[in-house]
Amino acid sequence: MFEYAPAPESRDVVDIKPSYGLFINGEFVSGSSSFKTVNPANEEVLAEVAVASSDDVDRAVQAARKAFGVWSAMPGAERAKYLFRIARIIQERARELAVLESLDNGKPIRESRDVDVPLVAAHFFYYAGWADKLAYAGFGDRPLGVAGQVIPWNFPLLMLAWKIAPALACGNTVVLKPAETTPLTALLFAEICQQADLPPGVVNIVTGAGETGAAVVAHPDVNKVAFTGSTEVGRIIARTVAGTSKKLTLELGGKAANIVFEDAAIDQAVEGIVNGIFFNQGHVCCAGSRLLVQESVQDQLLDSLRRRLSTLRLGDPLDKNTDIGAINSADQLAKIRQLSDLGEAEGAARWSPACELPEKGFWFPPTIFTGVAQSHSIAREEIFGPVLSVLTFRTPDEAVEKANNTPYGLSAGVWTEKGSRILWMADRLRAGVVWANTFNKFDPTSPFGGYKESGYGREGGLAGLEAYLDV
Amino acid sequence: MTTSLADVASSDATLRAFLHGLPGVDRVGADQRAAMLGTRSIKTTAKAQAIDLAISMVDLTTLEGADTTGKVRAMCAKAMHTAAGAPRVAAVCVYPDLVSVAVSALKGSGVKVASVATAFPSGRSSLEVKVSDTALAVAAGADEIDMVIDRGAFLSGDYLKVFEEIVAVKAACGEAHLKVILETGELATYDNVRRASWLAMIAGADFIKTSTGKVSPAATLPVTLIMLEAVRDFRDVTGRQVGVKPAGGIRTTKDAIKNLVLVNETVGDDWLSPDWFRLGASSLLNDLLMQRQKLATGRYAGPDYFTLD
Repeated sequence: MFEYAPAPESRDVVDIKPSYGLFINGEFVSGSSSFKTVNPANEEVLAEVAVASSDDVDRAVQAARKAFGVWSAMPGAERAKYLFRIARIIQERARELAVLESLDNGKPIRESRDVDVPLVAAHFFYYAGWADKLAYAGFGDRPLGVAGQVIPWNFPLLMLAWKIAPALACGNTVVLKPAETTPLTALLFAEICQQADLPPGVVNIVTGAGETGAAVVAHPDVNKVAFTGSTEVGRIIARTVAGTSKKLTLELGGKAANIVFEDAAIDQAVEGIVNGIFFNQGHVCCAGSRLLVQESVQDQLLDSLRRRLSTLRLGDPLDKNTDIGAINSADQLAKIRQLSDLGEAEGAARWSPACELPEKGFWFPPTIFTGVAQSHSIAREEIFGPVLSVLTFRTPDEAVEKANNTPYGLSAGVWTEKGSRILWMADRLRAGVVWANTFNKFDPTSPFGGYKESGYGREGGLAGLEAYLDV
Repeated sequence: MTTSLADVASSDATLRAFLHGLPGVDRVGADQRAAMLGTRSIKTTAKAQAIDLAISMVDLTTLEGADTTGKVRAMCAKAMHTAAGAPRVAAVCVYPDLVSVAVSALKGSGVKVASVATAFPSGRSSLEVKVSDTALAVAAGADEIDMVIDRGAFLSGDYLKVFEEIVAVKAACGEAHLKVILETGELATYDNVRRASWLAMIAGADFIKTSTGKVSPAATLPVTLIMLEAVRDFRDVTGRQVGVKPAGGIRTTKDAIKNLVLVNETVGDDWLSPDWFRLGASSLLNDLLMQRQKLATGRYAGPDYFTLD
């Protein structure tokens, strides 16, 4: 057997401080209390991070309000210079960002290095380009004011870029709260803002858990709220914001259908299924967690998929050969276990490849459920882990019906060699993104967002500007 | 071969229907998969193991009009004595008229003699000529025959002609193993690569090989990936295992290791031996030897520390 010797990326490239404060008005200030952030791959404490109280949030919002006067009055071309500078620094410090992201989040370095960080830089470059061309985008050029942004732990740095880049390009200032399990790259980004000489108060970063996020959302001087996370929290935010003049965008959960027709390129479809659900340990809101396969190729496809899963490499996220890293937190692991057990209890057949899990840290093997029906919990509820539910269909109509029969509508995938069928399906699928013969592809120029319980508003692309302008 | 597959070639229509009924290949996806596997980081013990495995899989090749008996003898010596402690290569590959030279030079060494026949590299001659070309090489003692398919016939859709030629050459091979060169650089699409792979296997190929080395692009990673998928699927259907040989353009240890990773993660252990996977190369060996020494000593030696030939 050809075993690959460990090829770990060095963690010396990143300097983690023992403790971090809040980033308010261009400076790090201490908070009243603190919490610890751990490396989910081995449960080692990485750093202590300040908790922002509602007073701290208020200071951050006031700083942003003050900076808004300066920032929004600046010509677009000037704002663009700052954004381009940030984008270039991100590229220069890419390795550092990637290693820190993998340490704090548990995702494989292969993904943070090759996907997350390059996309982060691309978003800043893209929106930097828009900053002096807003008049041509069709939404006017009046910024909203202070944006309160709350982001999740699955793509900490990428979600930060999706939120901050368009907000700044349009002339808004921001108060951003990263997730409590993954605050470190946002704090490194704060250093990058200092390095780029961004005027103080334009970007403020407040760390903490749900209460801090709630304070950001509820603050009366916040003009715009942007949230990515669970549908449950999204509902609470929508209630909080209702009746105020705040504008709101929500990117929530998903239960995407990845639909494989019998005429698909099978080997590439298998890769697409793997990428659809096992990318980032399945911690992806648009993950292809429901595989809808045409009955006639079910056996062939599942054989190929099982064989392919047996070659997935699970382990140390910093190893360059790792395909599947750690689950982000103990809580998330418990949730994945609970939903998987429920899947078995409801009668679906569970399968995982022979796979040794590390002793410490939070780990879950790649898992497939077959014999799944639409009524099973594992076909309804978002698991947010490396768990795939396999369903079947016989006709294109049935595929569309089953794919749309979910409270969510963030993404979908279609696999067929027939171009006309791709277009036919894309017209009928109620999902914000429909990928054809690929999955989980992101690009700053392409809008992203959901239908139904997957939220509202679009991020990315030209459409992403609308959410940060007074249209 | 199962009966049903034998029936596939009973007429032009059935053969065409079968080949065109194979699952398609999505170029973007195949390229991405190969590129991803190319990023595997192979270090230390794994690298040492990979380098020795790669050396043992090399078909050391000279296919020049200017080849002489002296050049072939020198290459045979290198094939047997690559470097101290290093394995010998799998085979040497020469033109048919030089097979007897290689056979006598390699006697008792275990290194096989391969020969390109069938109007190599274009394949543009009559079947009679191709069969007698093959017979010449086999009679001179070749263990393996590398034949080229008629790409013109393949591209014009005359699959049966290609099939029948392979069957005829296979018959002329007798005991010798038949490697069928698809010349994937001329087949243009990945769908064609998959079809040609199956066509060759159904017709009795023992190995499928990417290229002659005379056409660019030669052995690319995605093409090798598709051929590996084809042999894997073919074994699932028929139970018969067919080898794969990327040839042409593989010059560095890095390239060779990428190929091994591709084998490891597509078809696995069963193909990770010189019996089932070969690297067709002329300049690869010295780079492998150089990297091997670097790994052992921590330093690179100059090119003069590695023998020519």
